[in-house]
Amino acid sequence: MRAPSSDLPLVLDDVSLQAGSTTILKRLSLTITAGAPTLIVGPNGAGKTSLLRLCMGLSAPTTGRVSWGGRTDTTLARRAMLFQRPVMLRRTAAGNVGYALAQAGSPRKARAERIAALLDRVGLSELAQRPARRLSGGEQQRLALARALARDPELLLLDEPTANLDPAATRSVEAIVLAAAQSGIKIVMASHDLGQLRRLAGDVIFLIHGALCERGRTADFLDRPTTPEAAAFVRGDLVI
Amino acid sequence: MSDQLGAWQLILTGDANLFAIVRLSLAVSLSAVALAAIAGLPLGALLALTRFPGRSVLVVLLNALMGLPPVVVGLAVYLLLSRSGPLGELGILFTPTAMVIAQTVLIVPIIAALTRQTVEDLWVEYRDELSAMDVGPAGRMITLLWDARFSLLTALLAGFGRAAAEVGAVMIVGGNIDGFTRTMTTAISLETSKGNLPLAMGLGLVLVAIVLAINAAAWGTRVWSDRQAN
Repeated sequence: MRAPSSDLPLVLDDVSLQAGSTTILKRLSLTITAGAPTLIVGPNGAGKTSLLRLCMGLSAPTTGRVSWGGRTDTTLARRAMLFQRPVMLRRTAAGNVGYALAQAGSPRKARAERIAALLDRVGLSELAQRPARRLSGGEQQRLALARALARDPELLLLDEPTANLDPAATRSVEAIVLAAAQSGIKIVMASHDLGQLRRLAGDVIFLIHGALCERGRTADFLDRPTTPEAAAFVRGDLVI
Repeated sequence: MSDQLGAWQLILTGDANLFAIVRLSLAVSLSAVALAAIAGLPLGALLALTRFPGRSVLVVLLNALMGLPPVVVGLAVYLLLSRSGPLGELGILFTPTAMVIAQTVLIVPIIAALTRQTVEDLWVEYRDELSAMDVGPAGRMITLLWDARFSLLTALLAGFGRAAAEVGAVMIVGGNIDGFTRTMTTAISLETSKGNLPLAMGLGLVLVAIVLAINAAAWGTRVWSDRQAN
């Protein structure tokens, strides 16, 4: 595998992101350390996806600084990201996982075994030889999870992985995410689903209009939100 | 009427002269496609994935070169290979090798331009995933070329169709020498002017059949790939 350097803690230091004259993220300072899953919640357009892309190093902040384990270069040490609409490579399910393993530097000899183990972990063993693009939405999401896990990440960023899934598919994706969290992978996941927040989160980052509105343990956030926006969100009111 | 009958007779009896010409044509055009693929696929992918000043000019130029007139290519290669030309010492003018070179030059822009478009479109789709998987520049090129393989096969077939059907370039650099550099297209042109219509028509029929087969293959590949991975 790669150099044993760590991607944690992930530190955002007074980070802003602008696209033209539009401010997408406003002066965010966050530290993300190992532990229970962190959920980024907020209404659509709050900047959740942009924040995750910054955390992955796919885009650079306009001002401020992002660092991983103290390093500011964007080299991907041990982090992986799952996009809201993952793109399946034009290969079989097993081929997709094998590709991710090869990119992560997994030795060729052990690859077949690891492909089988990863597909088993996401419950897709039966579909190993199916072209990935012919899988259902939920299966594609799970395959993308297997691809992300193939990187042996210590930090896994997920962008609303269950946004387009039915309850059964959502349940199986959440089960995989929880199992990953229990195996010691730090989960940072965007969501706008209160139920998911209850089921998964250890702590919450609540964004409104690109600014950090509230941050804290899930139980506190749900029971005693301190800002009117958070209170409205927790009540289930429409927060705009 | 008797000319048509003669043409079918030549084909059905497996006329040696006719099929020698067909064989040479296929050998030259297939070699040109192979060489043009080796040059054009990486060139197109490179152009799709890199950004540098003057890139747009190069893209427009490459697209324009798709419509390069074969006689102009023939003339340029002729000047290059003629006795007094820079590569005259090789002594390959009026040989099948010269014809392969000319056709390669003719279709590299076609393959490169189509590859550029295909790979660039696929890159838009793949960029985030490949970046998140930490795929380097060389890996991106290989991945995109491989994942676009069915579309690129169509690009190669387009190149082959162009090479097999052109007459100007092979006429100039090959010289249409009987039994040595005579291809289907140059033979048709010559035999027609000589009035030997059965041979010209026979070759014409074979050429049309090959072009038809190529297009059917391109279409079949599309349908098949749609049903497969995509």
